[in-house]
Amino acid sequence: MKRYSVFAIAREALRYHQGWDKAWASPAPKSSYDVIIVGAGGHGLATAYYLGKNFGITNVAVIEKGWLGGGNTGRNTTIIRSNYLQDPSAAIYEKARSLYEDLSQDINYNVMFSPRGLLMLAQTHHEVRGYLRTVHANNLQGVKTEWIGPEKVKELVPIINIDGPRYPVLGALYQARGGTARHDAVAWGYARACSAMGMDIIQQCEVTGVRSEGGKVVGVDTTKGYIGTKKLGIVVAGHSGQVADMAGFRLPVEAVALQALVSEPIKPCMDVVVMANTVHGYMSQSDKGEMVIGGGTDGFNNFTQRGSFHHIEETLRALVETFPMISRLKMLRQWGGIVDMTGDRSPIISKTPLGNCFINCGWGTGGFKAIPGSGWAMAELMAKGEPGPLAAEFNMWRFREGQFIDESVAAGVAH
Amino acid sequence: MLILECPYCGVKAEETELTPGYEAHLKRFGPGSSDEDFENYMFARKNPKGVHFERWRHAYGCGKWFLAARCTATLEVFGTYPAQTSEPPAEIVAKIKAKRPDWKGYK
Repeated sequence: MKRYSVFAIAREALRYHQGWDKAWASPAPKSSYDVIIVGAGGHGLATAYYLGKNFGITNVAVIEKGWLGGGNTGRNTTIIRSNYLQDPSAAIYEKARSLYEDLSQDINYNVMFSPRGLLMLAQTHHEVRGYLRTVHANNLQGVKTEWIGPEKVKELVPIINIDGPRYPVLGALYQARGGTARHDAVAWGYARACSAMGMDIIQQCEVTGVRSEGGKVVGVDTTKGYIGTKKLGIVVAGHSGQVADMAGFRLPVEAVALQALVSEPIKPCMDVVVMANTVHGYMSQSDKGEMVIGGGTDGFNNFTQRGSFHHIEETLRALVETFPMISRLKMLRQWGGIVDMTGDRSPIISKTPLGNCFINCGWGTGGFKAIPGSGWAMAELMAKGEPGPLAAEFNMWRFREGQFIDESVAAGVAH
Repeated sequence: MLILECPYCGVKAEETELTPGYEAHLKRFGPGSSDEDFENYMFARKNPKGVHFERWRHAYGCGKWFLAARCTATLEVFGTYPAQTSEPPAEIVAKIKAKRPDWKGYK
C-alpha cells in the first residue's frame, strides 16, 4: 500500500495523477481462510482490521453480497456520540468514539472525523431529569458530557427556536467531543487497510448457505462457490436473521426500515449536531452544506430499504418547529436502510450455538457511531474465542437470563 | 403506502390509521414454563424476508386487533383476517401459495 500524504499528492500532481493504486484489491476467493467475515460494512471491515492489527490474524476474507459499505454504512446520518446511560453501552460507544479521534492517522485514510459537538435537547421535564441522570452517569463512566441551559443552547445553535409553543427547549445534554465523520470513508479506509494487510475483500459474493459439522462451521456456500473457514463472523446488520437461519439458530431480532434525508445545500448555519428526541428529529449540516436529517423507523417488518412517507412528514414537522428557518428548504434525497432491532434495543456481540461462529448484530438505528469499538470487541471475541470486557454484556443469552442492557440504544428514535 | 382492509369493519385503512403489532400466532408461555420456551416466546422472532403473518390494530377505526399476511420483501399484502385463530386460514394460505409457489408454508 502506498501511503497517502501531502508528498504523495505533490508527487502525483507532477505526473497527472497516473500513479495512484487501487485502494483495495478485488481478488477471487481462495479455497479456505482462517477467518471469514460475512458482511463488508463498517462493522465487518473494522472486525477484520482489528483482527489483523491487534491479533496478527491476516488470513481473512470479508465477503459481501453487494458492494462495500453499500448497506447501512452508506445510509446513516454519520452521527458519533457516546453519551449513554448504562455502563456497557457507554463503554463500547466511548471506545468507538475515542478510536474515531485518531482513526484517520491509524488507517492512513481521511475519515473526516469532526468532533463538532452534539446536543440532545430536553423539551419536557421528564427529559430534563433523564438527561441530568445521564450526565451524572457519564461523569462516573469517564465520558465527558455536561448539562447546559437554554441560553447556552441558543448560543451554540443560533437558528434554533427555544421558545416553541408546544415544547420549549429547557436545556440540553451536551457532548462537546461528539460529532460526525464521513461514513463512506470509514468503510473505504478500513477496506484499504485490510487489503494492505493481505486480507481478501470479496464483493458481489452472496452467502447462500453455512456448512457445519459436529457443531462447528466448516465453510460457507456463496455465489462464487464454496469457501472453507476455521472461524466465521456474521456481521450483516439487517439480514442477520437470514444468515443465522442458514447457520441453524434463531435471533431475537426483527428488521425494520429507518429513513433519513438531506436538503439542498445551503450556507453554513449550524456547526453542531442537534437531536430533538421528544418531537423526534435530528439534524446536522454536512461539509457540502446539506442539512442531514434523521427520521423514524416504521413499526413493521420490512426488507425493502424504503420506509413510509408519513414518517418523513412527522420528522420534518418536528424540525420545522425546532428550526423555523428550514421551512422553505427543499429536500434533495431520501432513503431507507434495514435495521435489526433486538428485544432490549441493545446490540449483540456474541458466541453462538456453533462453537466457531460469532455474531455481531442488533445495532439497530445506532450502528455507525459504534463501528471502531464494535470491530475492536468483535475481533477480540473471534481471536480469543471468549468475549473481552467490552463485548461480555452484549451476549445473546442475556434475553434468556433477563440481563438486559436496559437502554434504548437502538430504539427507533433519534441517533 | 401500506393499505390493509380491516376484517371487522371492512374499511380499507392506510397505515397512519393502524398500529403495527409484529409477529402473529405466537404461542404464549407464562409462569412455570422453561427459560428457553419463555425466551423464544418473548424474544425470538421468525423475521422472514418474504411471507410474514403479523398483528395490526385498527387504532383510529374500530380499535380491534386483526391479522395480516404480507410480504416483507415487496410489501405486497396477501390478505387480512380476524385475530381469533391460532393459524392462518386456508384461503389466505391458498392465496399466498398461488402467488409464491416456492413458499415453504406456515411454521
